[in-house]
Amino acid sequence: MWWRSASFIMDRQQNEAALKGESSPNPNPNPKISAYYETRAAHHGVVTSDWLAQAQAAIGPEPDPEPQPRPDPEKPFSVIDEFNNWRKQPHLAEAVAAIRALAAVIRWSEATTMMQLEMELKKASDSLKSWDATSISLTAGCDLFLRYVTRTSALEYEDFNSAKSRLIERADKFGEISYKARNVIAMLSQDFIFDGCTILVHGFSRVVLQVLKLAAHNNKLFRVFCTEGRPDRTGLRLANELAKLDVPVKLLIDSAVAYTMDEVDMVFVGADGVVESGGIINMMGTYQIALVAHSMNKPVYVAAESYKFARLYPLDQKDLAPAIRPIDFGVPIPSKVEVERSARDYTPPQYLTLLFTDLGVLTPSVVSDELIQLYL
Amino acid sequence: MDARRAPRAVIDPKVRKVGFFAPPEASQSGPPDPISFQLPPSSNSLSPVMIPPPCHAAENLGLHARPDATSPSAEESVAAGSYSSSSEFFHAPMSPAPSSRIVLGNGDFFHGAASSPGRGGGGKVASSFPRGGFDLTVVNDASLAIREIEKAGKGGGAMVEVKDQALNAKQKKEKTSKAERRALQEAQRAAKAAAKAEGNKASVTLASVNVKPAKAAKPPQKVDNASVAASEKRGGDRPPEKDRKKDVPQPRMQYDDKSRVEKAKRRAVVKQTEARNRVELFRHLPQYEHGSQLPDLEAKFFQLDSVHPAVYKVGLQYLSGDISGGNARCIAMLQAFQEAIKDYRIPSEKTLVRDLTAKISSYVSFLIECRPLSISMGNAIRFLKSRIAKVPLTLSESESKISLQSDIERFISEKIILANKVIVKHAVTKIRDGDVLLTYGSSSAVEMILLQAHELGKQFQVVVVDSRPKLRGKLLLRRLVEKGLSCTYAHINAVSYIMNEVTRVFIGASSVLSNGTVYSGVGTACVAMVAHAFRVPVLVCCEAYKFHERVQHDSICSNELGDPDVIATVRSREDVNHLEAWANTENLQLLNLIYDATPSDYVSMIITDYGMVPPTSVPVIVREYSREQVWI
Repeated sequence: MWWRSASFIMDRQQNEAALKGESSPNPNPNPKISAYYETRAAHHGVVTSDWLAQAQAAIGPEPDPEPQPRPDPEKPFSVIDEFNNWRKQPHLAEAVAAIRALAAVIRWSEATTMMQLEMELKKASDSLKSWDATSISLTAGCDLFLRYVTRTSALEYEDFNSAKSRLIERADKFGEISYKARNVIAMLSQDFIFDGCTILVHGFSRVVLQVLKLAAHNNKLFRVFCTEGRPDRTGLRLANELAKLDVPVKLLIDSAVAYTMDEVDMVFVGADGVVESGGIINMMGTYQIALVAHSMNKPVYVAAESYKFARLYPLDQKDLAPAIRPIDFGVPIPSKVEVERSARDYTPPQYLTLLFTDLGVLTPSVVSDELIQLYL
Repeated sequence: MDARRAPRAVIDPKVRKVGFFAPPEASQSGPPDPISFQLPPSSNSLSPVMIPPPCHAAENLGLHARPDATSPSAEESVAAGSYSSSSEFFHAPMSPAPSSRIVLGNGDFFHGAASSPGRGGGGKVASSFPRGGFDLTVVNDASLAIREIEKAGKGGGAMVEVKDQALNAKQKKEKTSKAERRALQEAQRAAKAAAKAEGNKASVTLASVNVKPAKAAKPPQKVDNASVAASEKRGGDRPPEKDRKKDVPQPRMQYDDKSRVEKAKRRAVVKQTEARNRVELFRHLPQYEHGSQLPDLEAKFFQLDSVHPAVYKVGLQYLSGDISGGNARCIAMLQAFQEAIKDYRIPSEKTLVRDLTAKISSYVSFLIECRPLSISMGNAIRFLKSRIAKVPLTLSESESKISLQSDIERFISEKIILANKVIVKHAVTKIRDGDVLLTYGSSSAVEMILLQAHELGKQFQVVVVDSRPKLRGKLLLRRLVEKGLSCTYAHINAVSYIMNEVTRVFIGASSVLSNGTVYSGVGTACVAMVAHAFRVPVLVCCEAYKFHERVQHDSICSNELGDPDVIATVRSREDVNHLEAWANTENLQLLNLIYDATPSDYVSMIITDYGMVPPTSVPVIVREYSREQVWI
């Protein structure tokens, strides 16, 4: 299994890319260094232009399609507007939108000192966080952005303007890395999908879809079981997308997971948030799928971008703020009957096998290490 | 309950004894035949902590191979796998003494161990050395020589088994005098190298398995253990001694090592009488008669000019049990050192760095005599010594003293007091209305958490679980009830009953080791295990300065033994004091353990000043923290 290690995969990808020719606009100057270590280096605050170039190369020479939003000079800048602006793009995750919005805060800030700028940034991120307090990735993304951007040697610049431009640069890079995290994860997970395997997925996750898409693109032969994903039926949507790719799909009702588990080779889930224990918070039902898979010795893989790493540590299911959502049962429910409306549950780390993140393929216990190194 | 703990149960309690008690017939019998003398006289003589695998292998497969290895012609096979230093050593001296047989075997287990260099030679020695082999008191010189050999062998990571029935003491003495000298040299050389490599590393990760040493087997601590013992024999051997001093805190003393204990006794300020009936399994730990030292020490007050009065006072308080609890002890010690530094004058022709370090070391050994150090105190001492070592030479005496005092002050306020506040802040978020919180014993951090949560108006109940003989929970209970918390008090016997209703378990810790093992007051492991079985989350509250890089799997290799009398008798309960005058009965051993080790599987979360982390992240904190320690 040695060849499944993240760095090896990255190295090979990079080597192939390097072999393909020097025609790519941004060849990796140092193909030996994997994205995992680059990102780690970034977290330790050692950021060089060299590193940025490498990160760029690791992600692939994909041009950034984003339009640069122009601020309205008359209207005062509002981070929420900016955020909503970015959020309209369907493929953009909430956290990435927030990161982009925060980057814009720096760009259009009128602060004249570093302290002012930091306070402004803090205020903006607080207002973003309060916009949706239940969203873990939004909170985590904002926190990570602040850590990433402010924990830099740029603060030592004596000239404010150069420091600010450095911050903007970093902010943009962070946005870009977050934006492209999905592709990195899809790339990393390819070696885990083997021909003839059966994959169980739960709910709709853009990362998981990206993983499966890339696998189909690489002509892997596999079949996917999609759970229905009650109550919002997100599984149906995923099945729809996969059918478009000519991947054999079977739909299951949520309660058929244990029934079909013996046919399944691996479980792939996304995550709303990855918590400090290494467990994940995800759509309701993930926990029970992980339990069933664990008891049948099937691997449970989680695909999650690193901006979802949150400084939370739930001890049990009820130990986090519930995200309430409406549930339609199709028939009227007597008012005396209680309905469990929570939208997500917590899967403890012992039921997870591996986490695919843009930092590499991690075991659950590494999550906390990364978080400690980032926040300490 | 847990598969990984099963093998322990297999060991018959009788077996435990036999590692130390030689079966009588073995000592009586004549020279054993060449095949069976390799084996322990019976399978019983395997001590449980002696790593059975290599020996079993020897029993099954090595019957013919081993005698082979002992013949003088087969020196190559003896040396195989061991480092050249030891093999070279075995050539000359051993061949002319055919009666003594030394088997060097590198079991699989040792390959792994020996392959980690820089850890005090890395070698692990397991040796079964039944008393039947030597009469140690008579053949003293010979046994010393053998010990030397073992020390040398240890450097090579080899397993040395020394066993001989027909050892002629005189002959041995002549033959090995040369060997002895060489062993000394080897040991010192190794010690120097190791000391250099280790720098100021405090103590060596002990493999718990083989730490219960048999008579002559030195524990696989640092090689400078060997150097200490070696220099001891030579009288004044300066350089290794200095190396040892630099190494803070001192390696743990193994109390079944007679010569070292003798030496320690000579230096000792506190006169301790050894307990007559020592618990066999814990012979490597100090076991003293309690209650006899205090008057003795008090009488000596004016004779002891080497110990600063503040340190002396703290030592007495440790001894009498007036100060207990990890943080309280640590703070008291640091404050005493602060006083001592304040009154310190650099003697003429000495430098502060060297002299003060020595001074602190002597204070520390005084404190150890009063009560063994806790791991957190060891960390604090390490911090202080590193600060002393870093005092710039350009500073004047008063300036450096002031800077050291403020360093200590900052350590207390940042690492202990502030850390506690941060822990409380984190932990309170985990308490919800309607919770039933269980705590065991008395932990200052847990107490602060409970009080803070109560102040915040959270509605919760507390279950204080307590155990004999200390009953420290009662004090905690009293303070909690005074503040108006609703409490339940139970003894540990009832823990499985009460656990059903508990939603969170909060426990304090004396230390957290880098494999996530929580080292805490005895009984904690039991509570945590029950909580785990009931799926109740166990939250350990521990300041980061108590983290230690050591790894420990059981509570045997490093522990502290309390006064056995308190478990034998219950004060003011005549009806249950059946053992009143029995403490010195030959066939009764009373074991009063102070600490135990909770495996990380039972711990859901460790709350520290760096936030809430899973037990798997302790090494990260240790790494980051020790780096920070350099910064302060």
